[in-house]
Amino acid sequence: MSSTVLSHDAAHHDAHGHHHETFLTKYIFSQDHKMIAKQFLITGIIMAVFAMLLSLLFRIQLAWPDKEFPILEVFLGKWAEGGRIRPDFFLSLVTIHGTMMVFFVLTAGLSGTFSNLLIPYQIGARDMASPLMNMLSYWFFFVACVIMIASFFIESGPASPGWTIYPPLSAVPTAIAGSGLGMTMWLASMTLFIVSQVLGGVNYISTILNMRTKGMDLWKMPLTIWSFFLTAIVGLLSFPVLVSAVVLLIFDRSAGTSFYLSDLVVQGQILPNEGGSPILFQHLFWFLGHPEVYIVVMPALGLTSEVISTNSRKPIFGYHAMVYSLVGITVLSFIVWGHHMFVTGMNPFLGGVFMITTLIIAVPSAVKSFNYMATLWRGNIRFTPAMMFAIGMVSFFISGGLTGLFLGNAALDINLHDTYFVVAHFHLVMGSASIFGMLCGVYHWYPKMFGRMMNEKLGYFHFWLTFIGAYLVFFPMHFMGIDGVPRRYYAFTEFAFMEKWVSVNILVTWAAIIAGVGQLAFLVNFFGSICRGKKATQNPWNSNTLEWTTPVEHIHGNWPGEIPSVYRWPYDYSKPGHNEDFIPQSTPFSQTMSSNMPHDFEGNEEAIRIQEQWNKDNNRVEG
Amino acid sequence: MGANEIKLEDLHRQRKAQKFNLWLGMIGMFMMFAALSSGFIVYTASGVDKGIKTILPQAFIYSTLVIVASSLTLHLAVKAAQLNQLAKQKILLIITIVLGIVFFILQLQSWSTLTKQGVYFINNNASQSFIYIFTGLHLAHIVAGLWVLFGAFIGAAKPIASDRNVFRMDLAAIFWHFLDLLWIYIYVFLLLNQ
Repeated sequence: MSSTVLSHDAAHHDAHGHHHETFLTKYIFSQDHKMIAKQFLITGIIMAVFAMLLSLLFRIQLAWPDKEFPILEVFLGKWAEGGRIRPDFFLSLVTIHGTMMVFFVLTAGLSGTFSNLLIPYQIGARDMASPLMNMLSYWFFFVACVIMIASFFIESGPASPGWTIYPPLSAVPTAIAGSGLGMTMWLASMTLFIVSQVLGGVNYISTILNMRTKGMDLWKMPLTIWSFFLTAIVGLLSFPVLVSAVVLLIFDRSAGTSFYLSDLVVQGQILPNEGGSPILFQHLFWFLGHPEVYIVVMPALGLTSEVISTNSRKPIFGYHAMVYSLVGITVLSFIVWGHHMFVTGMNPFLGGVFMITTLIIAVPSAVKSFNYMATLWRGNIRFTPAMMFAIGMVSFFISGGLTGLFLGNAALDINLHDTYFVVAHFHLVMGSASIFGMLCGVYHWYPKMFGRMMNEKLGYFHFWLTFIGAYLVFFPMHFMGIDGVPRRYYAFTEFAFMEKWVSVNILVTWAAIIAGVGQLAFLVNFFGSICRGKKATQNPWNSNTLEWTTPVEHIHGNWPGEIPSVYRWPYDYSKPGHNEDFIPQSTPFSQTMSSNMPHDFEGNEEAIRIQEQWNKDNNRVEG
Repeated sequence: MGANEIKLEDLHRQRKAQKFNLWLGMIGMFMMFAALSSGFIVYTASGVDKGIKTILPQAFIYSTLVIVASSLTLHLAVKAAQLNQLAKQKILLIITIVLGIVFFILQLQSWSTLTKQGVYFINNNASQSFIYIFTGLHLAHIVAGLWVLFGAFIGAAKPIASDRNVFRMDLAAIFWHFLDLLWIYIYVFLLLNQ
């Protein structure tokens, strides 16, 4: 193969691309995976800041339910009359906080950013299978975000039936203020969001299966790619189910059908709907909803695997087990949804089945946790900010995962259901863990995205404030939950047994405020370093994966010449006999004779013979 | 290997990926209908007064025949495209599109029969509302399918390069056959629950 011809062709292609590029096609309607990744990330960060501000507002209400904050009225007007947040607006706050964090930040912001950035880079492709679909995916997402934020600017306020939009609150427009136009906008926004996710997901799967470079077989793919691949499959199979659920909901709302509604009296009026079942919605919703939490956490697990291995300077422990446990989580995620519905009057036998499938998920999750620790064990650890966040992710995944064992138990769930114990559980295991996975990804791949380094000191500062803050916020909630304090309540002043928890709420709120302020360090670091960060080298972390073989300057098509071929798995760190502590995937075994092992050749007898001959000639003893 | 060959290889790869995208998309669509089916089953099992409880309109039999016929004519159109018989391809495509429109009309016809039988969309027995949901969502996909067929026809009429024409026809045919099978699945599912 003549590489001169190829380089010429690529260069020509490149020049050709630049010729037509305008500001609009390069930065706005870009079809380049690197630019789309940045668009997803920055939109995701903006949504995260917005959702965080919402959470601070309701935390203020929970900590000081009887106090007036006139400044709130200045900003929120009638929603905080007299400086106190109104109960219906409180419900909107928790609803939109949940929706934005789960869908816009941790689904689109996380998968959208890193699948787009890393899939073509790490498998060795010039771009996605369908760049046009990729661009559409971002713009559908963007419009979804705009509509969701716009619902704050309407008279009746944003949707407020909770992020799970259970009917009847979501299905009867007159039920509460947030069931009206706000709910309609929520549905419109989510419909666009689902289109965006399906377009994106289809593209990720197709790219991974069809566009891998020479030598990149499935078992040589980095764990990041495995996790994005399986996440996209989960999304493709579960999001369409939400479409069906939402279609029926829309007809219940607007046309008067009775899929979910029955025997209701709203504001003194008897509704005509009969025979519907709100439980039906819960089944359809959680068939998406549960896989969704794995859509949120699996990419974070993938990013963390890569960062922990690179910064421990050790191969990931149990690569195959890591892949199989991701596959296990993928399959199991579809048969556990009933554990969200133990107290809906479910047949106890069915509850038992869902309990068993749920508890089985502990197995692959534990495999992953132990493998992370075994990777760290006696590693030559570099505590970069990315590494700190990766370790933080593992910490949250374990401490949040453990409480899953309690909640997955159908008998214990009678007590714990809809209490702060649940809030504590999922904010640790999928909220904080995924956010930390995402942040670890941002710190680690920032040089690849922007060609500059982030400030390390600000990174550490950000890490410690967020890490301690998150534990202080969510840990006390376990105790509130065990005591029976229900979630989504506006104030805990009316029930004698809950009053004592107001003091804990004050601690939680202060911790949330401080952790929130800590995010300023990240924002300054992130946006400041785009222009002022230290210039990055091509491979700043001495990493093995293919993205670090591309030039620092982004070019159309990623590699200036031929796409490198792949010869080995991505985790050859600190391989005995090699002069450096990393061997990139694109380095052939012929250049690493001093470190090759018999199993590297996968049974290729000719290669083994050459290696044995070399060993003999150079007096090398293997092992 | 020359630059042209590489371009060809890239093109081939990209087309393979695009076709794969279509298959994945169809999996997504199938999941939507699978969800509706399970929703229907769960709902219908919730009481003895639930269920379709009516005879499905005759028009469904005709529409089934029409859509199967349209699949056949489309298959012949693809064959014609492969043999580069543009005129034949265009005629067959037009017949397919017409049959698709007839299918659409027949489905609307069946809705009117249903309402005459007293089976309304707004209904306290939502099993009956489900009939409209299944057929309506399928019709929404039929509209998309007709759009794709129309695109293929424009391609043949222009005409575009023959390999692009064949590829486009290929994708259109896969999608249309899928819609055909999807309808048969829905019809059989409804019949079994009649």
